[in-house]
Amino acid sequence: MSAMTNSTAAGVNPPFDGGSPPAIDRTALIPSAFEYVGGAFTEFFEWFGSLGIFAWKVLSAAVTPPYEWSELIRQLDEVGSKSFPLVALAGAAVGVIISLESRYSLSRFGATSMFPETLVYSVIQVMGPIITGLVVSGRVGAGIGAELASMKVSEQIDAIEASAVNPYRLLAATRILACILMLPLLTIAADACGLLTGWFAQTLVEPLSFHQFIENGFQGATFNAFLPQTFKTAVYGLIIGFIACFQGMRTEGGAEGVGRAATNSVVLGSLFLILADVVLVKFILVVFR
Amino acid sequence: MVIAEDIATKDRPSPEGGSAPVIEVEDLRKAFGTHNVLNGISLSVSRGETLAVLGRSGTGKSVLLRILIGLVTPDAGSVRIQGQDIAGLSLDGLGAIRMKMGFLFQHAALYDSLSVGENVAFPLRHHRRDLSNAERKERVTQLLAEVGMEGNLEKMPSNISGGMQKRVGLARALALEPEILLLDEPTAGLDPISSGEIDELILKLQRERQMASIVVTHDMHSARTIANRLAILDKGNVVIEGNFETLQRSDIGFVKEFLKQS
Repeated sequence: MSAMTNSTAAGVNPPFDGGSPPAIDRTALIPSAFEYVGGAFTEFFEWFGSLGIFAWKVLSAAVTPPYEWSELIRQLDEVGSKSFPLVALAGAAVGVIISLESRYSLSRFGATSMFPETLVYSVIQVMGPIITGLVVSGRVGAGIGAELASMKVSEQIDAIEASAVNPYRLLAATRILACILMLPLLTIAADACGLLTGWFAQTLVEPLSFHQFIENGFQGATFNAFLPQTFKTAVYGLIIGFIACFQGMRTEGGAEGVGRAATNSVVLGSLFLILADVVLVKFILVVFR
Repeated sequence: MVIAEDIATKDRPSPEGGSAPVIEVEDLRKAFGTHNVLNGISLSVSRGETLAVLGRSGTGKSVLLRILIGLVTPDAGSVRIQGQDIAGLSLDGLGAIRMKMGFLFQHAALYDSLSVGENVAFPLRHHRRDLSNAERKERVTQLLAEVGMEGNLEKMPSNISGGMQKRVGLARALALEPEILLLDEPTAGLDPISSGEIDELILKLQRERQMASIVVTHDMHSARTIANRLAILDKGNVVIEGNFETLQRSDIGFVKEFLKQS
């Protein structure tokens, strides 16, 4: 019979001799639990403190010349054009899903005539923005986090600073601004694809002209019904770009650090995006309705 | 105990006689956690002079260079570059000082998404916006020719050797005609022939440009070749400072051991 050992934070208990099981020193676990929680709190506040300092450096760099226009244009292409296929595909898939699900639900209540409005409002007000945000967080957030982390561990960011160029202006501000500007445009693209494929999925079952679909879907709608939801994605872009740049530029630890930065950029970016959406939805309901 | 004796040798470029120090470091201290890296370092370098800083790995040599360029903030002490104290300067304030300095990183730190030519053009693109594209390209070509890398403008850093990366890094460091040159282990990781070529290149550039230079290295042969003065660090202090003959005459045990193992 193999010896069983129980190790505790205080030390190693005597080996199991085949008789009664060794007693676990539970009192030794209590200080380590406090230390763990305390350490977690310290890390939590340290992270937010560092984020605040980073935010200040980026903001002050972004508003003072010389401006990095060519880098900004490059990033607009990187974030916008290169994310478009993925976002369009995601939007198209969402449109089909909503079409199939809502048709089933509406037919149970005899309200299939409301399908166009249901699809339009679901895509533009809810699913389009959040799906675009999450897809871009995954693609762009991970890309920016990994790129900047790789530059950090290979001293390229230090080299930029040693060349008397502000890395917060060149690297962070341009990427964050590109995310802010591109998210609403990508959301519009996702919405358009979602509406198109949603209409197409419906038409296969119950023929409806696209013109009729659009007319019924937007019947009685005002700009306030759709524009705030689309432009709130600029806040998503701010969150995605910010978190990714922050995680990337503070990386330590070689290849493992780069991987961690990329993962954290996506996870934290997505998390904060969803939490922000809760606040933004309430804000839009109060201000614009 | 520090022994200092300045004797310029005929083979190496000599500093201008009586020139005021370009780099002045006084009682510099830096600790990382409980580990004291620098324990009150003081040194100075004049125009046209090359100081080699040697020591075992982990004795703070690279930290010293990073403090001089402002990448690391010291815990105490002062750093004056051309008479100006760099402590407390903002990032943009440091920028003006950094434009007078060239820094060669230990692994060259080339921007891997840019070609060799774009790497060298980087400081020019940001600080010499008065140059046209053609003028900038001509300047880049001249710089690469100076370091023996002509004809490699379009190559990517990942496609050239370590020695070639160091040369490109040196060309980039020289792009803004700096008055101060900081070199972090310029021959680290290179074969003896490539190391010798880098040493000759540094000597040639120093002869032509008369910069105030600090070279951090653990390569005694390289230090003897390119430096007017050598300083050996141990446990965060300057143990000895002077030319090679001064180091050879030293009775300090650590210095004798360091020279024996080099």
